[in-house]
Parts: sequence; structure tokens; C-alpha cells
Amino acid sequence: MKWSLPENIATYGGKIDAIFWVITVVTGIAFVLVEIGIIWFAVKYRRREGRRAYYTHGNKALEVLWTSVPALALVALGIYSADVWAQIKGRDSAPAGSLMLGVRAKQFEWNVTYPGADGTLGTSDDFVVRNQLHFPVNRPILIQLESEDVLHSFFIPQLRVKQDAVPGMTIPVWFEATKTGGYQIGCAELCGLGHYRMRARVTIHEPDEYERWHAEQVASR
Amino acid sequence: MATIVAEPTGRPVVREPHELSFIRKYIFSSDHKVIGIQFLFLSLFFLLAGGLLAMMIRWQLAWPGQPMPLGSLFPETMAPDGIMLPEFYNSLVTMHGTFMIFFAVMLLLVGVFANYLIPLQIGAPDMAFPRINMASFWVAVPAGLIALASFLVEGGAAGAGWTSYAPLSAMPEASGVSLGQQMWIVSLVLLGLSSILGSTNYITTVINMRAPGMTWMRLPLTVWALFITAILALLSMPVLTGAMIMLLFDQTIGTHFFLPAEGGQPLLWQHLFWFFGHPEVYVLILPAMGFTSEILANGSRKPVFGYHAMVGALVSIAVLGFMVWGHHMFQSGMNPLLATSFMVSTMVIAVPSAIKTFNWMGTMWRGNLHFHTPMLFAIGFVMLFVIGGLSGIFMASAPFDIFIHDTYFIVAHIHYVLFGGALFGIFAAIYYWFPKMFGRMMNEKLGKVHFALTFLFFNLVFFPMHTQGLAGMMRRLYQTTGYEHLEGLQWTHVLITISAFGLFLSGMLFAVNFAWSLFRGPKAPANPWNATTLEWQTPSPPMHGNWEEVPVVYHGPHEYSHPDVADKDWLAQNERPDVVSPARP
Repeated sequence: MKWSLPENIATYGGKIDAIFWVITVVTGIAFVLVEIGIIWFAVKYRRREGRRAYYTHGNKALEVLWTSVPALALVALGIYSADVWAQIKGRDSAPAGSLMLGVRAKQFEWNVTYPGADGTLGTSDDFVVRNQLHFPVNRPILIQLESEDVLHSFFIPQLRVKQDAVPGMTIPVWFEATKTGGYQIGCAELCGLGHYRMRARVTIHEPDEYERWHAEQVASR
Repeated sequence: MATIVAEPTGRPVVREPHELSFIRKYIFSSDHKVIGIQFLFLSLFFLLAGGLLAMMIRWQLAWPGQPMPLGSLFPETMAPDGIMLPEFYNSLVTMHGTFMIFFAVMLLLVGVFANYLIPLQIGAPDMAFPRINMASFWVAVPAGLIALASFLVEGGAAGAGWTSYAPLSAMPEASGVSLGQQMWIVSLVLLGLSSILGSTNYITTVINMRAPGMTWMRLPLTVWALFITAILALLSMPVLTGAMIMLLFDQTIGTHFFLPAEGGQPLLWQHLFWFFGHPEVYVLILPAMGFTSEILANGSRKPVFGYHAMVGALVSIAVLGFMVWGHHMFQSGMNPLLATSFMVSTMVIAVPSAIKTFNWMGTMWRGNLHFHTPMLFAIGFVMLFVIGGLSGIFMASAPFDIFIHDTYFIVAHIHYVLFGGALFGIFAAIYYWFPKMFGRMMNEKLGKVHFALTFLFFNLVFFPMHTQGLAGMMRRLYQTTGYEHLEGLQWTHVLITISAFGLFLSGMLFAVNFAWSLFRGPKAPANPWNATTLEWQTPSPPMHGNWEEVPVVYHGPHEYSHPDVADKDWLAQNERPDVVSPARP
């Protein structure tokens, strides 16, 4: 049974998961205090004949305390998150030397464009493989994400990557895997009646294995 | 510390001498109380309809591809052999959200209670614009009928989600829905008109028609919440209406606001929608916060803790509510720099909600708690709203939102806020004000059973969805099978669906209690809850014009257990200071 996040295989996944755990602990404490407080008050101050409620309109010091503590905690969380966000999704955050691939979504498939023999994306020898994303482990991958028709969302849970694909826009998405294996792309944005089955296979290779696969693909075309 | 100020004495209400015809009295009525009750029946109908759609959604998720019970009643285009089609599933998801948000929760909170309560709680004989008020109801009725009828047209009802993201919503060739989507638009444009008409009226009434002595800081928190809500609705609804008309034009007359092939921009829809949508989120919760504050004070027999902070929190939510819409769009492809500023404003808007929660706890602290049904639902509101508020922080952090955006985590979050929050507040309010509306009490025992079962099943339905989301389960999937990372999770859908049936059945207890009490409930006294606000100081139900004599207000809104009052633990807002008996002679 999966009670928590799936396995993380992204270099930046640890930072995302750390935020999850920080928020879980902080909100967990708030949750327990508030719920126990309510139940405690409900039991302790339940109606008793002849007792009168304590007449008060509030307390300024308490108001200041419970306004400023959450405010400081939340703003700190926002600033910490902003830094991680810029590292992952900032416009120029993709490391230099990333392997460039194209992903073009359409109802209900993911078409992946690979560079041809020249190794450069955007030239005439590029080739497209439907619903199969292959890439090497331990190398940053930079995907140029596009859509042909409606919104889709490129989601690989174990890589902690999700990005909407928007028709008319090319959106850079980068990640680096730390582990080889087979995974899936799912679509996370409602895109029509086939949304639920808009899946593609992800294969993360050892670098030499990727080169072999790539060479075979080039040769067969 | 009730400020007691001498005010002029009440003047008699000028009442129309003639008897109204049946049609003017009950159908095309301009009496705010009748309009509120009309909205109540309309919105409860949509609550039931939205609930039925949810049951069908849950069936498909738990047992994908199995014929639904009574499934043979559906035509081939929806469910051949009783097995739901993916396009019908999309329509169900879309219309469940649309019914619940726009026609059930929003109408219940604002249509029902703003109409019914504002004049009564501020001591006015009616609304400022009674005929505009009547129009706001009679525009909402066709809006609802059009939304319902859209299931019957070719292509079925709208299927692009309640958010109707373009270009899917703008391209019939991509969604398979054309007329249904257009009817969805027309329906919500009409509903927007209804909301604008209503809001204008509520704002004007609160500003201009308060009884003598009803200063701003003596307004019950329900009125404050409804007043702020009306401002939010008035400023945000026209944006939605404009966006809707652009979407309609894209579909029908060949414009390309949202279609990129001709130079349009799909993200424009999201910006417009959420510029409306985020204030709307607060429209859907602030009134429930108002009811809860007031009912907690009544049940605890204490003034609201931190009344000024509560008002301040409402006002700051209203201001900040217009600066956070981008947090719905972190993964949309908008400039990532924008996400940073929206993230900080979103973190800040969590603060007023925290203030309110602590003040609710402060209200219960050292009280003398009466657990009547409204009080139980109000406490339930606080307990569940806290969960919805805290889960929001996970999504407010843009980097973690990468993972949980568009998963069941957000489904859990929205239901904790809109069901655990808004709907619990609504149930509290219906049990509380039913005696005033209909002159009869609802059954307390049945109400308590309704509360216990709803609380239990609600958590069984929606808490596990957090876990599903953390496992990476995407939302709005017709079936979640076929994903390796979701293997072994099907049983959670079964658990949720069985609990959802339980939740629906506990809702039926409410329906039975409501219907039975309407005709057979014991007669209600004017003030069954020993409450302080003005509506309880006139008969149940109040006469046309509300008052024999316009009340004069001398006290704050929630003066319970005032030390200067000996014989009872409440002090009505209009009790004359010179007849209040002193506690310590």
C-alpha cells in the first residue's frame, strides 16, 4: 500500500519531497493542537446547570500572537519554496549540456521527437516515436513541450515533473533521473474522452544503452 | 462591555393595507423572506441532483466498466447496457462541479441566507430593491433549467470540467460537446446576472437600511460575512461573465480569443476564470464562516471571541482574495516568476483563516456549551475547515504543487473546504434558522444522527483522497487502472465509494427531517435558541414587513452571559438598557 509519495528518481526530487515533509510536520502540529483543543473544550466546557460562561470579548495579545506566528511561518515557507521553485522551473534553470528532446502532445498520445544522426534537435533528420520516451540516466534532459490541440499535462510521478502542454506555446521542462528503469507518462489535465488512457512508456537507459537504442532507431529510418 | 447608547425610539412600520394575491405572495414575491425560501428549495434540489451525479461518478471509479444499478434507464449515448461511457463520465464530473458550486452551495449561502437574514438581522422591513431581488431569483431558475436540460441535447452536457479550460471547451471537435457547452455558458451567464442583481441589493441594503443604533460594529458576523461576500461577487462575477461570452463567441461566431491557431491565447481563459474563481472560493466559504461564528457564540453562550479581529480577517480575505488567482496556474505554463509572487500572496491569505480558527476556539473556551444540532455542525465546520485550510498550504508551495497539482489531493482539499466547510456551515444554518423561516422546529434527534453519520462518512470519503493524491493519482480519470504507480490502490476507490453511498444516505435523513418538520414539526417560539440578534425578537415566521415596530439597537450582536443581566444568559440587541435587570444589586 502506498501511504506516501512514490519512489523518487529525480535529482531535484529530494528538494520537493523535503518541502512535503516540512509542511507535513508544521501543519501536522497545527492540526493536532487545533483538533485536540476543540475536543478538549467541547468536553470540558459542556453545559452544566447553574454555570455561567465566562464573559469576554477577546484578548489583544492573543490576537497578535496567533496572527504573527502563522504569518511568519508561512512567509518563511514561501521564501524557501521560491528558491526551490526557481531551481526547478525557472526559465533558465535547465543545466547546460542537457539532452534536448521534443514532446508534442495530442489527443490522446505523446509524440517524442529525437535528434537524428547529427545529434541536434530541430534539424531535418529528427525522428518521432509515438508514446515512447527514451533517455539516459544521470544526464539532464530538456524537453520542449508542445501541444497540438488542447491542454494536456506531462506528468511522470517518480521524476516529480508535471507541466501543462499548451497549444501555441513551447514550454521547457527539465529533469535528471538517478535510476534506470521503466516508468509511465500520464496526462494530468482533462483533455477529452480519452484523457484516462493518454499514457506513454518511459525508458531510462544506461548512457551506452541509450546510444545503442538511438543508433538503431536512426539506422532503421 | 456592551456599549449602551441612548437612541431614538422605534417608529411603526408602514405596511401595505391590501392582501396580496397568491401569485404575488408566493411565486412572484418581492418579500425577501419568500425569495430566500424559494432559493432554499431551488438550491436543495440542485444539492440532491449534484449528489446523485457524484454517486454515479463513484460507481464508475470503484467498479469501472460494470453496469450501474438502474443503468438501463440511461440512453445509448450515456451508458449503453448500463456501462458509463467516458464522455458521459466527463459530463458527470463537469456538471457535478457546476451544480454543487454554482447552484447548490453558492445559492444556499448567498441566495438563501443573504436574502432571508440581512433585512431581519439589521432590522429592516425588506431589501432596498425588492423587485430586483425578485428578478435575481427568477433569473436563477432558467439558469438551472438550462443546465439540467443540457444533459438531454445531442453531444450531452458540457464535459470540459467545471473550470471549462479552453481550448477544450472552445473546440467542439476536440470535446465532442457543442450545444451542451453553449448551454453551460448561457446558464452561468444567467446565474452571474442573478448574482450581480442580488449582490447590488445586499450591499445597498446593509449600507442604507440598518435600524437605528445598528452601527457597523454591532452588525452580527453573519451580516458582515454576507456583506463582504456580496462585494466579492459583485466585483468578480462580471469578469466570469465576460470570459463566458468570449468563450461563447469562440464557439459560435468564429472569434479566437482562446484558440492559438488564429493567434488566441488559452492561458487568457485561465487568468480570467481564476480572477473570478478565487474570489468565488471565498464567496463559497465566508458566509459559512459568519454562520459558524454566530452559532458557536450561541451554543457556547459567550460573545464571539475577537469580534474586531473576525471583521478584520473578513476584510483582509476580501482584499487578498483578488491577488492570489495565479496559484491555480503554477503548472499552467505562465511565467514561473509570476508563480513566486502568487505563492507569497497565497501564503499570506492563509493567515486570516488561521485567525478565524483561533477565535472560534476562543469562543468555545470557558463557555457553557449547548450541543444543539446547529452547534454540532458549527463545531464540525471548524474541525473540517482546519483540514481543508492546512491541506491548502501543500498546494500553495509551488514546488510541491508540481507533484500534487491535478491529483486527488486537490479533490480532497476542495471537498474539505466546500463540503466539510461550506456545507457543514449550511447545515448548521438551516437547522438554526429553520424555526424562524417556517415557524416549526426540526427534529433534534434526527439532526444529531444526521450530523454524526455525515461527519463519519464525510471523512471516510474524502480523507483517503489525500493519500490517493500523494500516490500520484490524477483527477478526472474515467478509470485509474492501467497506471503502474497506482497499482494496488483500487480498493481505496471501493472504500470511498461505499462510504459515499453512506454519505448520500445520511443526507437523506436531512431530507426526511426537513420535509417532515415543514408540516409536522412542533411549533417554534419566536426565539427557540435564546439568541441575541434581531431576527429572534420578532415572531416565527415574521410577518410581511418583519416588525410591528422598527427595532432600536442598543447592544453588540452576541451579548451572551453578560454580567449585568441576572435572570437569563443573553441580551437581545434591542433590549432597552433601562429594563435590563442588574446582576449584582
